[in-house]
Amino acid sequence: MGSTGMRIAVVDYGMGNLRSVAKALEHVAPAARVVVTDDPKELASAERVVFPGQGAMPDCIRELESRGLRGAVLEAAAQKPFLGICIGLQMLFEHSEEGDVAGLAVFAGNVVRFPHEQMVGADGHKLKVPHMGWNKVHQTRPHPLWRGIEQDSRFYFVHSYFVAPVDIGLVAGTTDYPAPFTSAVSAANIFAVQFHPEKSHSAGLRLLANFVAWDGLSEVGVVPLDGAVPLEAAADRSRS
Amino acid sequence: MNCRVGIDPLHLPDAIVGLATRIIPCLDVTAGRVVKGVNFVGLRDAGDPIEIAKRYDAQGADELTFLDITASSDGRDTMVHVVEQVAAQVFIPLTVGGGVRTIADVRRLLNAGADKVSINTAAVENPAFVAEASARFGSQCIVVAVDARRVAAEGGSGWEVYTHGGRRATGIDALAWGRRMEAAGAGEILLTSMDRDGTRQGFDLDLTRVFSDALDIPIIASGGVGGLEHLADGVQFGRADAVLAASIFHYGEHTVGEAKRHMASRGIEVRL
Repeated sequence: MGSTGMRIAVVDYGMGNLRSVAKALEHVAPAARVVVTDDPKELASAERVVFPGQGAMPDCIRELESRGLRGAVLEAAAQKPFLGICIGLQMLFEHSEEGDVAGLAVFAGNVVRFPHEQMVGADGHKLKVPHMGWNKVHQTRPHPLWRGIEQDSRFYFVHSYFVAPVDIGLVAGTTDYPAPFTSAVSAANIFAVQFHPEKSHSAGLRLLANFVAWDGLSEVGVVPLDGAVPLEAAADRSRS
Repeated sequence: MNCRVGIDPLHLPDAIVGLATRIIPCLDVTAGRVVKGVNFVGLRDAGDPIEIAKRYDAQGADELTFLDITASSDGRDTMVHVVEQVAAQVFIPLTVGGGVRTIADVRRLLNAGADKVSINTAAVENPAFVAEASARFGSQCIVVAVDARRVAAEGGSGWEVYTHGGRRATGIDALAWGRRMEAAGAGEILLTSMDRDGTRQGFDLDLTRVFSDALDIPIIASGGVGGLEHLADGVQFGRADAVLAASIFHYGEHTVGEAKRHMASRGIEVRL
């Protein structure tokens, strides 16, 4: 077992920079085959699917549709370990305020903008939008992808919209800006985050390593980490 | 809203915003080497960009900014190569600026592993470029660098935009320009005081604060850092969302960790 030969597909629908995601996956799972792909067949045959996204959700949805990837993404989301990142989280919901666009509706709920009138910090100064930088993620319940990551660790965010799930049972993590918003959701084989694990240093790499090791079935409990290279070892390799 | 788990946003306790103020070491790169000079004059070699990037990453840098200060296209190829190597080893956000003039330049840098590109002179020469780049790649990856110099106020903000490394005046009011770039889709502003750059006297705090109060997007303060207190001043008095510095880190005067501990001691939220 382990990640040797494992195929990890990063869904490429022409939006933004997917190289960072692929590089980080290669770093934590050097024995795996990471493919950045817009081929539905590749998504169908991969053992893990990562669904990233940058930019504006209406553009992302349009590109996804025009490349005929909607069905393949939905199929992957229904079956195999699936990691949504940023807009890749937002697109799993029904609707976004950004451009008044429909999402993939895997989960009930909407994507909403940080409310302008509430963006005031404790010192009375305004809080900027986009929410950009390192903020704390509060793990609201255990999950194999949180394994080894300290409670309230910081991850790197850059976004102006966030998801509001109808079912709060989906929430796996929250972040304050200034009010708490949902920064991670999980259900069955899906885990999806608003932040960028590929840009979140050791905590982010650990989350990606946990994803590579996750069977997509066990929501709670101990998952052996034999699939992933310990971060220290991966770091050693990068130095050599 | 459904997502506001268990807490009414209107009745929050004070001070729970956990967003950390970012400390961003800046590496001026030419011919594949990190250099530092005063106002781009008298450059000193400060080392290998990949080694320096890894050192700052290990020290806890929140992001890294690379500025390609070479004008030639050869230099830009070298820069792409540097970015590729850094991005494979350092997993924090990387911004690359200097000579970014076309959509193809933006794409090439993003494909090399940059997370954001910084646009300066090309934005002034063709403001539509910023709108086009942000529409194409998302505003999250478009930083507009504003080099500002104090001028007599006379109806304007009191600062004027300069280009070409601070050598060429544009006649454009800096704050009006910042607002225009925000409207065009800039995701943040890298704001450099050309009066302070290289002087080690601290940020132009008035400039920083005027921008931060007027714009809704994050402001990165730059130019003039000579000590750790200047970084904290930029946040507390300039209200910067992020602070950028080069020479205090390059020559080992201070580590990023020391900078963060100093800021924390002044009550600033940092990622330790």
